[in-house]
Amino acid sequence: MDELLLPFQYDYMNKAIFAATFIGAVCAMLSSYLMLKGWSLIGDALSHSIVPGVAAAYMIGAPYVFGAFFSGLLASASMGFIKAKTKLREDAIIGLIFTSFFALGLFMVSLSPTSVNVKNIVLGNILGVSDEDIFQMVLIAGISFFILIFTWKDLMVTFFDESHAKTIGINTKFLTILFFTLLSACTIAALQTVGALLVIGLIVTPGATAYLLCDRFGQLMIVSTLIGSITCFFGAYISFFLDGATGGIIILLQTIVFIIAFIFAPKYGLVAAKRKIKQASELLRKTREGAV
Amino acid sequence: MAELFEYLTEPMQYAFMQRALLMAILVGLVCAVFSCFLVLKGWSLMGDAVSHAVLPGIVIAYILAIPLSIGAFIGGLFCAVATGYVKDNSRLKEDAIMGIIFSGMFALGLVIYLKVQPEIHLDHILFGNILGVQAADLWETGIICAATLGLIVVRRHDLLLYCFDQAYARAIGLPVKLIHYALLVALSLTIVASLKAVGVILVIAMLIAPGAIAYLLTNRFSHMLLISSVVAVGSSVAGVFVSFYLDADTGATIILIQTFIFILAFLFAPTSGILRKKIVSQNS
Amino acid sequence: MAKFIYNPSLEVNDITVTYNNGHTAIYDASFSLSAGTICALVGVNGSGKSTLFKSIMGFVKPVKGSVTLSGMPVLTALKQNIVSYVPQAEDVDWNFPVLVEDVVMMGRFGHMNFMRIPKKKDKLAVRDALEKVGMTEYSRRQIGELSGGQKKRVFLARSIAQEGQIILLDEPFTGVDVQTELAIMKLLKQMRDEGRLMLVATHNLGSIPDFCDHTVMLNRTILDAGKTADVFTPENLEKTFGGVLRHFTLGGDELHDDDDTRSVRVITDDERPLVLYGNKTQKSAAAKKSSTANKPDADAKITTSKAEAK
Ligand SMILES: Nc1ncnc2c1ncn2[C@@H]1O[C@H](COP(=O)(O)OP(=O)(O)OP(=O)(O)O)[C@@H](O)[C@H]1O
Ligand SMILES: [Mg+2]
Repeated sequence: MDELLLPFQYDYMNKAIFAATFIGAVCAMLSSYLMLKGWSLIGDALSHSIVPGVAAAYMIGAPYVFGAFFSGLLASASMGFIKAKTKLREDAIIGLIFTSFFALGLFMVSLSPTSVNVKNIVLGNILGVSDEDIFQMVLIAGISFFILIFTWKDLMVTFFDESHAKTIGINTKFLTILFFTLLSACTIAALQTVGALLVIGLIVTPGATAYLLCDRFGQLMIVSTLIGSITCFFGAYISFFLDGATGGIIILLQTIVFIIAFIFAPKYGLVAAKRKIKQASELLRKTREGAV
Repeated sequence: MAELFEYLTEPMQYAFMQRALLMAILVGLVCAVFSCFLVLKGWSLMGDAVSHAVLPGIVIAYILAIPLSIGAFIGGLFCAVATGYVKDNSRLKEDAIMGIIFSGMFALGLVIYLKVQPEIHLDHILFGNILGVQAADLWETGIICAATLGLIVVRRHDLLLYCFDQAYARAIGLPVKLIHYALLVALSLTIVASLKAVGVILVIAMLIAPGAIAYLLTNRFSHMLLISSVVAVGSSVAGVFVSFYLDADTGATIILIQTFIFILAFLFAPTSGILRKKIVSQNS
Repeated sequence: MAKFIYNPSLEVNDITVTYNNGHTAIYDASFSLSAGTICALVGVNGSGKSTLFKSIMGFVKPVKGSVTLSGMPVLTALKQNIVSYVPQAEDVDWNFPVLVEDVVMMGRFGHMNFMRIPKKKDKLAVRDALEKVGMTEYSRRQIGELSGGQKKRVFLARSIAQEGQIILLDEPFTGVDVQTELAIMKLLKQMRDEGRLMLVATHNLGSIPDFCDHTVMLNRTILDAGKTADVFTPENLEKTFGGVLRHFTLGGDELHDDDDTRSVRVITDDERPLVLYGNKTQKSAAAKKSSTANKPDADAKITTSKAEAK
């Protein structure tokens, strides 16, 4: 028993678990929107695109948040620009931009290898994060959380039916920009938790899992947030016993939850679908027999 | 003139540079041909997914002491097939499914990697290690490239029809399931072949950029194949030399050169380039 | 007719199709067609016309029953390259780097060798098909640079170039102007005379007696099938379309002043027709009595207006 409580006796563990849980929750809220809009990979792209910014910030000793934000912004802007100007498919543009940014980051690091530990950026290392960084992360997550609490319904209308949102006087442009700002901010926070390569999990899996369980957006968001925070809590906790790999464990937990939902979800699961088809053919047979 | 010659021959005095150059050209070529299909089919991010998913394959292959490439291949293919399966059996969008599956697999690979601590460098899987390529690697990559290239070039018309209009491909009796899986197998193979050169992240760029560049420059598919191959091979060669003199990461340099070419195409393409459009509209 | 290796025929054998969401789109449907036929397939929106096509093509698997094409199971028939299909809406990427002639050339793939290298014969077939649908001058346009109706014509040309013996057309006339429609109909009749078999879904009730010798009426199951002359009756149409059909009769006294009691009946499922008699516009909504017949699985508003002038 004592052993199970051991992680909580360390100050750094408490901080890490708290930060991870909080960030997991906010990312999960965002994931509800991303997954429905088919924007999942934009999140992935953002997380890769901020790598050169983070690398540059570390090189010149600036707060990493600024560098990350700047390069994230630049990446989103170039994606939007290319999309407006060419007939290329969106997925190709996303892939092109984020890999280019990532290559730039790598290129910079390879020119002065000593100043940055790429591995920490790419794989995350929440157990080793400084207090300052933890503070920045929690601050970002907190602000995003409050903004989402107040705007979630407007965001929902905006993304579901933009023209309707406009007619009822919602400033859809502002909200879209706000949403992507929040997304970039949370991506940056998540980067420290699970690393650039696994951020995609945090901002897709909880929402997708909830989507298999709920039909109403409000419920979906709550379920998603719960899944996100609980998996992050336990992920960070378990990683104490497994010497790190926090990001990997968190995402693994989320994937397991997803698989369970995929198979057993009462309405949209694999088992339910099989049952539905069987019922339909049964019903058909009965009505036909009745008719005869 | 003599100086330029010097610049070009100096790196080639080293055997490892020769191997790196050959590797870069091979990988560039096969990825370029593939990228045309991926860009058109909307599968660009399938490359992303498959390439991340090779990690658990590699790690597990290490534990089981089978060739790492085989593990990588199975990992990648599993991801692609699982994505298709979940898509057919749930109401989620494909991009979300890919995100879930590849992040889950990557996480699995990472956790096992950190637990087992194998002698493979994680850096080499993630970012490639083209300067450390051995003759055996070259052979392996060469054979895979030849097989995929051969398949694609010979069957390119059917593949094109499949990408353009799947229903019609089926209507005229093409084996669409087979084509679909053949493409996925070839994609996984291509990624495996490219891993040693550029790693799991940058291979995505090699699988998108050349096709995207060619797409901006032409509206005929046969020209697209040609342009993308030329662009990719050119950037590979240039990347190897530039990175030698700058002492920079070779893979990253190759990608940045491709990005640069993309920007040029974006600005100056004959019909769709944005500067070109501006000039035309000013003249008229 | 003897020039075909297989004698074209289509047999739908008691099929039931259930989609993944549990919705049964067609049940217990059976009918058969033989060579040298143009058959109309009519029914309300959602009656399962497209679903029937998809199951004939093997795109959706019936949970029960079977389809045979020229006596072969679907997959075998498709491999023989004897079936061509133009879907209701082409689900293609219009920005694809292919020209109009490239698209039509795809129809020739089944006739080409392993490498799909076009021969003179193939090029001629493509040119011919483009000419038949009046798209010759557009042959070097990129496929996305066409209007909706022109795109439709290109895909029709592709199925013509394929020289299939069994041709399935899902609403080929929507979005196509009248002139092209007439040209297409002429083409279809010509192909019928060559011994082909065509199944055409359409909402264009007015032209069915003109060019279809057979008719299949569908509303989730086959209501009636057979020679147009026998099947295409007001009673059957009423049954097929229930309340969603616009159907009105202009009685003798509305039209003329003599005592001729014969009346003009206009029946339509498609757009509201403009009926002119003399200089007077006859509004189709000139309802005297509405009927609320059953309208299974259709959300369409009841706009039936019956004016029985007996
Ligand atoms: N992929 C699908 N999944 C579930 N249900 C479907 C699917 N496609 C069609 N349906 C349903 O099956 C029924 C028949 O659809 P179908 O497309 O065959 O109608 P249709 O007769 O072609 O109509 P229209 O005249 O509008 O073209 C409809 O109720 C439709 O909602
Ligand atoms: Mg239809």
